[in-house]
Amino acid sequence: MKLETVNLKPGAFGLLLPKLLAAQEREGFWFQRQASTSAQQIDWLFGLVFFVSLFFFVLIVVLMIVFVVRYRRREGAGPEPSTSHNFLLEMVWTGIPVVLVMVMFYFGLKTYLDLRMAPANAMEIQVLGKKWAWSYTYPQAGYEEQPQAEDKPAELHVPRGEPVKLVLTSEDVIHGFFIPAFRLKMDAVPGRYNMMWFTATEPGEYLVQCSVYCGTRHSEMRSVCIVHPDRADFDRWLNGAKLKSQGALTPAERGRRLYIGKFSCAQCHSADGRRIIGPTFKDLYGSETPLSDGSRVPVDENYIRESILDPGAKIVAGYRNEMTSFRGRITDKEIGDLIEYIKSLSKNYQPAPAPQPAPDAKAPAPQPAPAKKGAADGQ
Amino acid sequence: MASNTPAPLPAGGSGMGEERRPGSYAQAAPAESYLSSPVGLRSWLLTLDHKRIALLYMLTVMAAFAVGGAMAMVIRAYLLVPKKDMGGADAYNQFFTLHGTIMIFLFVIPGMPGIFGNFVLPLMLGAKDLAFPRLNLLSWYLYVAGSLLAVLSIAVGGVDTGWTFYTPYSTTTAMTGVVPMVLGAFIIGMSSILTGVNFIATIHMLRPPQMTWFKMPLFLWAIYATSLIQVLATPVLGITLLLLTVERVFGIGIFDSRLGGDPVLFQHFFWFYSHPAVYIMILPAMGVISELISVFSRKHIFGYHFIAYSSVAIALVGFLVWGHHMFTSGQSKFLGMLFSLLSFAVAIPSAVKTFNWLATLYKGSIGLQTPMCYALSFIFNFGIGGLTGLFLATLPVDIHCHDTYFVVAHFHYVIMGGTVFALLGALHYWWPKMFGRMYDEFWGRIAFFIVFVGFNLTFFPQFILGTKGVPRRTYNYLPEYRFYHTESSIGAFLLGTGLCIVAVYLLHSLFRGRRAPANPWGAATLEWQCPSPPPTHNFERPPPVGDPYDFSGLEYDRASGGFVMKAAENRATDEHR
Repeated sequence: MKLETVNLKPGAFGLLLPKLLAAQEREGFWFQRQASTSAQQIDWLFGLVFFVSLFFFVLIVVLMIVFVVRYRRREGAGPEPSTSHNFLLEMVWTGIPVVLVMVMFYFGLKTYLDLRMAPANAMEIQVLGKKWAWSYTYPQAGYEEQPQAEDKPAELHVPRGEPVKLVLTSEDVIHGFFIPAFRLKMDAVPGRYNMMWFTATEPGEYLVQCSVYCGTRHSEMRSVCIVHPDRADFDRWLNGAKLKSQGALTPAERGRRLYIGKFSCAQCHSADGRRIIGPTFKDLYGSETPLSDGSRVPVDENYIRESILDPGAKIVAGYRNEMTSFRGRITDKEIGDLIEYIKSLSKNYQPAPAPQPAPDAKAPAPQPAPAKKGAADGQ
Repeated sequence: MASNTPAPLPAGGSGMGEERRPGSYAQAAPAESYLSSPVGLRSWLLTLDHKRIALLYMLTVMAAFAVGGAMAMVIRAYLLVPKKDMGGADAYNQFFTLHGTIMIFLFVIPGMPGIFGNFVLPLMLGAKDLAFPRLNLLSWYLYVAGSLLAVLSIAVGGVDTGWTFYTPYSTTTAMTGVVPMVLGAFIIGMSSILTGVNFIATIHMLRPPQMTWFKMPLFLWAIYATSLIQVLATPVLGITLLLLTVERVFGIGIFDSRLGGDPVLFQHFFWFYSHPAVYIMILPAMGVISELISVFSRKHIFGYHFIAYSSVAIALVGFLVWGHHMFTSGQSKFLGMLFSLLSFAVAIPSAVKTFNWLATLYKGSIGLQTPMCYALSFIFNFGIGGLTGLFLATLPVDIHCHDTYFVVAHFHYVIMGGTVFALLGALHYWWPKMFGRMYDEFWGRIAFFIVFVGFNLTFFPQFILGTKGVPRRTYNYLPEYRFYHTESSIGAFLLGTGLCIVAVYLLHSLFRGRRAPANPWGAATLEWQCPSPPPTHNFERPPPVGDPYDFSGLEYDRASGGFVMKAAENRATDEHR
């Protein structure tokens, strides 16, 4: 019912300035296509402020031009006599703006309070920002959506027509969660939880962008919000995604998921030899890596473990100490999985052939990983 | 003074009979002006003369403007077309950080008060100098020291935090130039406080007895309001920046949530200074515009009291709006409401000033010399900059536009289109007084036109980028926004070209410019009553104080190319002074 009232209003302005004003069906001059109820409200407010501003701007500029032309300096003619103050006039042009800004304030506040108070039945999704990726947790389903590959960010899936409440926080610095098609953003601040909510109105895919500067790859910190046509379609996706995530994986495959998703190692360490922020993982294991103090260190399990838990202990030559410690955020099992994944990227490491129970001299492997890998392969 | 009244009042001050022809001082001026005596580098570096210190400021502040401007060109070159990968992103992040810090702390904040406050304020009061000349010189040295430290940060690891230094990014970034940059800004803050104290004391103590508060030129009201903010707000910045340094070096946990701190607290501290600082930047500009509009319309400023009070109102209400930078930070609904209301309130005095300027034009005799071109375009640009502020004060619209190019465009329309345009207007207006030479009016207008077109071409497309949802401080963008970004870059290069032309013809005029008369524009404020350029002690004796916007006592003198006081018999009606 709120929806209808806001839908009507843009039409009234739309008649006056069809091209410039907000609330278009398709992408317009100012905005991306509207895709939420909040977008309709905010575009209407934008139209209100725009209309008032345009009126005053045109008034000011036209008066200025008229005066400059009409009263331009001429030979032998001075200024015409006129008064230099008029209390009543000045009170009027103080008073009119006061009234107008109060009107804008009132309508703005009304919508704002609406935007800050989520309906009680809103579906909750937790959003976690970290350098430089978003991840989404669906608490009811117990499913966490992580980036799927280096160039495939995690997707925020929501059903159309249902209020969705996002609870945002950050793991490192402040990020900003911004969906331009919904006209909404909220900062993801470490150490506190912020809330935003929306009801999507149009099925489709919408850009999610980080809005608060957060370092090297800030401009690439994008994601996508997928609006499903209905709840059933959304539930199908959620169940499928959850099932897929529970499949049996080898340690190296689990490590790859952690590398791309949960710990976002891929944001700084490539798997194909490219230099991003930190050294690449390709052919790293089993090599000797030069350090900034001039020494060299063999890359083995212990070195990798130390680099994850205490990144500043040994800095690779030519790189900065950019990495934060993962101590307390990563389990021993996860470290083991990551080590297996890094091994699998290296030509310096030959895994034992699976069928034979070969005693492998090269990898003393405190982890039970190779055995498990064999088991997984056997299935 | 009495001896001056009967004679056709000369526009200058050494009190001898030959002053009938102001042109004649212009010939004699170089021999005795503040520029030429005493001579030697030492006499400049140890000078206590407010005019020389103003020129020292001009040299350093304009150098900072050139460096910051060059960085803007680099930024726009980066953004000319969308990128395929992230190569160069770290360098880009440093460029926009340095552009912001240099422009804000080294150029805009010290610019107007440092150059024109210093040069004009004592002259407008008919005084020999500021209240504390030594403190004034110390301010400049602090400014230079702080600036060098800030620039040094590039050499010791760079800064990539943005000029806002938001925590926890600024306390954890691997770039090691954060501490020198922050300490540099801290020292420049000290300089700013001293300048403010000096101006306030001067306006209180050295105002001639006949010049009551409401007979002060409006530029002085603006400078006074600015100084109040400088003195009251800058200490908060100093404390904040020191806390940030301590946090980064020792990790004491004020802003770091892992240590129990609150990163948003930093934003409150930072904007408690930095929003009033925006008024440090714009208020003196508004003061200049009030002078220019009145002088070039040859008409008394309309609504003097409203303009004067509005400066003070902006300064005071400006202290209470900092939270509108944090509408999306998760601050409470109540704070959001309060800061929105107060932000709307601060729009009112600006609107009042604009209407008063328009009313001043009405029935005037409007000359379109270069300073007036900048003044009128100030109204145009500031109109857009000010009105787009209403969008950002409207809470839900801000939620969409915050941290996008919309904010970048809004800010640049106010600070570049407002303050810098006013600064250019002031530069052309007082140039003859400062150096005793006229700039070339033809090239002045050509360059103005290029600057105006370039500026609008640069920043107007950024409003559209913003409403489309393109975040600021991004190294790369989606290909569909290429049109606006390319347009903006082309505008920026045009703007840069225009500003280079300004630099060239102004410097050229120092050597080849026509000698300036004492009062080339026919202004009634006191600085035009001493020769151009002024002698070291400005006035031989205190000039007569009148209404700063009463031009009826002035007439054009063809011989000198400037304005002189009308003969006594013509001025009989003006004896209310």
